[in-house]
Amino acid sequence: MMEMEEFVEVKIPKSLYDRIKERVEEAGFDSVDEYVTYVLREVLASLEEEEEEVFSEEEEEKVKERLRALGYLD
Amino acid sequence: MVSKPHGGKLVRRIVAERTRERILSEQSEYPRVQIEHGRAIDIENIAHGVYSPLKGFLTSDDFGSVLDNMRLSNDLPWTIPIVLDVEKPNFDEGDAILLYYEDLPVARMHVEEIYTYDKKEFSVKVFKTDDPAHPGVARVMNMGDYLVGGEIELLNELPNPFAKYTLRPVETRVLFKELGWKTIVAFQTRNVPHLGHEYVQKAALTFVDGLFINPVLGRKKKGDYKDEVIIKAYEALFKHYYPKDSATLATVRYEMRYAGPREAIHHAIMRKNMGATHFIVGRDHAGVGDYYGPYEAWDLFDEFPDLGITPMFIREAFYCRKCGGMVNAKICPHGEEFHVHISGTKLRKMIMAGEQPPEYMMRPEVYEVVRSFENPFVE
Repeated sequence: MMEMEEFVEVKIPKSLYDRIKERVEEAGFDSVDEYVTYVLREVLASLEEEEEEVFSEEEEEKVKERLRALGYLD
Repeated sequence: MVSKPHGGKLVRRIVAERTRERILSEQSEYPRVQIEHGRAIDIENIAHGVYSPLKGFLTSDDFGSVLDNMRLSNDLPWTIPIVLDVEKPNFDEGDAILLYYEDLPVARMHVEEIYTYDKKEFSVKVFKTDDPAHPGVARVMNMGDYLVGGEIELLNELPNPFAKYTLRPVETRVLFKELGWKTIVAFQTRNVPHLGHEYVQKAALTFVDGLFINPVLGRKKKGDYKDEVIIKAYEALFKHYYPKDSATLATVRYEMRYAGPREAIHHAIMRKNMGATHFIVGRDHAGVGDYYGPYEAWDLFDEFPDLGITPMFIREAFYCRKCGGMVNAKICPHGEEFHVHISGTKLRKMIMAGEQPPEYMMRPEVYEVVRSFENPFVE
């Protein structure tokens, strides 16, 4: 049985709330809370994924050598 | 562009050579903790980023959050608790300890927290049952009474008879980039391929640049195919039936939990870290017995719009005598009387009896490989 996640309240302008409320149903959500949670998760995920991974050229070349030696690359 | 690692950055927890030498020369100064094979494999997966963003074993905040919310405490999707259990700690919070598999020092761990947990709660939340007949539950019930959370640093890899085939996320990412693949679908397997698998894989490949077959190697149940049989069988399939420039094969070591839907999400995260953009979610994915509905895993993906890898739900394939080919329930208009379902169990029985399966079940080249082994199954 899944336990309920803990929730906190966040204040947003009433006008924004009303605009979201109009879109909730057509977007396939049951409540403004659910819709806002979804949008914020999407935004955060895309921001977090913008961080670039860092490989040095030397490291990358070593990896390519191994991949060639194993027959993965020509 | 291949997938960004889960949490944004690929974790690498491997100590530099000089540090490694120093730690090993000071081994006797650290509390020594024996770990089992599966935990040592988890350490390798943490260290090489297969479990990014984990840098070590879960502390209680993350453990509770994973059980209750299927997310880490920072809200990132995470469904399987990656934990280290001990019977009775011979160390304290704040200590650095060395983790040994048999006589091999596998990792140094910085102990952040030692905590207790409820095995029944763990089982019911992760496996949806506390039935001790479930292999995952049985394992939890045999775990030590304490969990230890904290970051690890890899000191030594376990011996790996399949090192040639084991690619790490850093390597798969470079490989996909060099192959020019921007969209990659990953397929997880523990079996020798039959026509049903091939159909599902090729149906998925139709929509992306590359197919990444990623068999899980590791501890097996009696009657499972041996690791080398799976690899050789796939090599034969690749040689004769797969386009060289759009399919590749590499293995990953991992201990199956048999947690069904939750584990399907975990498998997807592992492949996201390896660079895959898509993941094939099978029928009864990571299931065992009848603890989970055949398509229950598909539904769980709806709860993770922020997973960062796209699940591909492709129905089970079967041979239709009327269609004269492999089809699935959505595209075949014919009745059940024309359908031949390809069951792994049935194929195993045929192979054990020395009977060659028909070509619409298993490619003859694959069968040749399997029969070339004196005993292809785990005893």
